[in-house]
Amino acid sequence: MLGKKIVYSYRVLKFSYVAMLIFTVAGSFWLEIFLKIGVLRRIKRVAMSIFPVAIFFLIWDAYAISQGHWYFDSKQILGIFGPFGIPLEEFLFFTIVPMAAIMTIEGVRTVKKHWRVGDE
Amino acid sequence: MVYSDIAIFALLFAVFFDLFGIKTQLLTKAVFWTSYAIILPFQLVTNWWLTSRNIVMYNPEAIMGIRIASAPLEDLLFGFALVLCVMAMWVYWGGKGVQKK
Repeated sequence: MLGKKIVYSYRVLKFSYVAMLIFTVAGSFWLEIFLKIGVLRRIKRVAMSIFPVAIFFLIWDAYAISQGHWYFDSKQILGIFGPFGIPLEEFLFFTIVPMAAIMTIEGVRTVKKHWRVGDE
Repeated sequence: MVYSDIAIFALLFAVFFDLFGIKTQLLTKAVFWTSYAIILPFQLVTNWWLTSRNIVMYNPEAIMGIRIASAPLEDLLFGFALVLCVMAMWVYWGGKGVQKK
């Protein structure tokens, strides 16, 4: 009985970091539907905004991992690694979190139409 | 350089980048601070999740030791820098006419 419980929780456990990413997607992507912010439609602009920034943060991530500034619980991540031992979740983090940020600012501008953003 | 140094550098870089680099000057605009005010609670919750469950762990020698909702203060600085840089880029490309609408 106890053995079964442990196996089950261990299976779920590896989605711990992924759960945070799903939460972030759930918390921001609804703006696409309800406020029609049209961020996903402008995916080229999204990529051009995220990629140059994410690359620096991923270099930082690689450096910090190599120096042991931070480390991940191997039981709580999927165990898929990219270059420099960076977990898959980190690559997703630096894609999803910036997208959520863009969706937020577009959401605010949709509600506050008279506020200047600077790209008008 | 440890996490604290890089996080402070990232924050200063982001501020400089927005104000003087690509001159998007989001830091002077209500739209940015309102957006950040919405993002901050989410940032605190997600940082808390990752750190309180020890999904991500920090070498005590790499951080200042000040923790907010279980996460090192550095996480907030880093998050702010990430969000500011990406939003600034987004506005910058919009200003250049890339997929404006």
